[in-house]
Amino acid sequence: MLLEVRNIVRIRVPIRTYFLFGMIAAILTGAAIVYSSQTAVQAPQSGPNTQSPATPPAGSPQSGPPEAATSPFSAQPQRSGLNIVVLDPAHGGVDTGARGTGGIRESEIVLELAVQVRRALELQGFQVVQTRQGNENPSFDDRSAAANAQRGAVFVTMHISSTGLPGTARVYVNSDLPPVADSNGLIPWEQAQAPFLGLSRKFGDLVQGQLTQRFKGSPDGAQTASVRQLRTTAAPAIAVEISSVAVENRAELDRMAPGIADAIARGAAAFKPSYVVASTPGAAP
Amino acid sequence: MTARWKILLIGGLVIAVVAAAIYFPVLRRRVKLAAKLQQQSEEQARRELAQPIAINPGDPRVKAKLFWASDALDSTVAPAVVELPLSNDPVLRSKQVLNTLLAGPVDTELRTLPPDAVLLAFYLLPDGTGIADFSEALATSIPSGIASEQLAVDSIARTLEANVTQVQRVKILIHGQEVETLAGHLDLTGAFVVNTGPAPSPSKPASSAPTTAPGMLTPEKSPGKLAQPERKP
Repeated sequence: MLLEVRNIVRIRVPIRTYFLFGMIAAILTGAAIVYSSQTAVQAPQSGPNTQSPATPPAGSPQSGPPEAATSPFSAQPQRSGLNIVVLDPAHGGVDTGARGTGGIRESEIVLELAVQVRRALELQGFQVVQTRQGNENPSFDDRSAAANAQRGAVFVTMHISSTGLPGTARVYVNSDLPPVADSNGLIPWEQAQAPFLGLSRKFGDLVQGQLTQRFKGSPDGAQTASVRQLRTTAAPAIAVEISSVAVENRAELDRMAPGIADAIARGAAAFKPSYVVASTPGAAP
Repeated sequence: MTARWKILLIGGLVIAVVAAAIYFPVLRRRVKLAAKLQQQSEEQARRELAQPIAINPGDPRVKAKLFWASDALDSTVAPAVVELPLSNDPVLRSKQVLNTLLAGPVDTELRTLPPDAVLLAFYLLPDGTGIADFSEALATSIPSGIASEQLAVDSIARTLEANVTQVQRVKILIHGQEVETLAGHLDLTGAFVVNTGPAPSPSKPASSAPTTAPGMLTPEKSPGKLAQPERKP
């Protein structure tokens, strides 16, 4: 009799176990499907310290090795004076920036442009830090932090416009900011650019002068605008905007890249003697 | 467990997995669609509440200066004189000129604001700060870029400056909310200077030209180290 009971128990327990494991497997599989479908829609949102390898887009004429750029937070200058340029290819990830009718995406073009600008700057003897090297979208503050962590750096954020005369380039510096209240000796993060506006203007005019020599129709001097990215950057900071994604063929923008790179590099080299570097990262000169 | 039970169980599991794989994407699309419809209905309700400001023929006709783009490829604004009956009340007057600005110039190439953008509300604070609340189309339909976004803000600020002297500065909201940027570039967290007459100083970034002399490379005193950032959610 006992043997018969044991046999019944032996039979019933495996059925329940199989059923339980089956249900768990079904639930886990369903969850995995939902998770994978969600991650496929969402682009990666990572900070500037993410050192993912650069993904040279197809057709890039001069895609360099990603190792050439330095981690935003690892570079520690050993020399005094301006020796670091923080390059910010704007947008990235789900934020493609301006989009042209021909499928041109601002976020892709500025990333390719950054490769050429970096090479030109390195030829001038600068150390280059990039806020992103792949299809990521660091926050405004993370991009600013890449510059604010350095000593003796300037910041260049690169954009392609939707409008404007094609084949021209404009440099922007931040609009006026309220005076910095320094009762405790700190620069408020939200107004970090305030002490650097004069230096930014000088740097911007030098780069704009170089650009205007190469791209006729560009303004003579740097313009002012309330650019969000510049406001929290505690360094001489400019935005370079190229016109535009509205061109019929993106080759027109590709042809501008060497000239843009050379102009930024020469502008930075011309600015170098003017910049008295603060002793503390992120501090005013 | 018999082989028949095993087959039935495995078959059931396979059906459940396949059904989940088919159903979940459909469910996600439905949830997104429902959220979008709800957003659109809210926008529609706000538009209905924000009745367009009718031009009162009894108001004195004045020559209003409205600032649109000076050239289709240029990034500067230029005034166009339009004769309009405008109210003497600064809030109504602001709504009237901004609605005319949104309606656009004769040459549509010179538009500075998207045609589908709507002024939802306008308030004037005692300190001279005007709050202009626009529909989401202002942010979503404007061409992305520093030049085009600055052009839009310049046209709003210069038009208010030329026609409503009581507005000292303007703060732009999108659908009743403060947003970080207009379309990814221009900073909307502060107010933009409109009139530089006697008024309390602004507490936030403004769009006027820098007062620092271009040749001045060193500030009068060093503020020292950088404070910790205040992260926004």
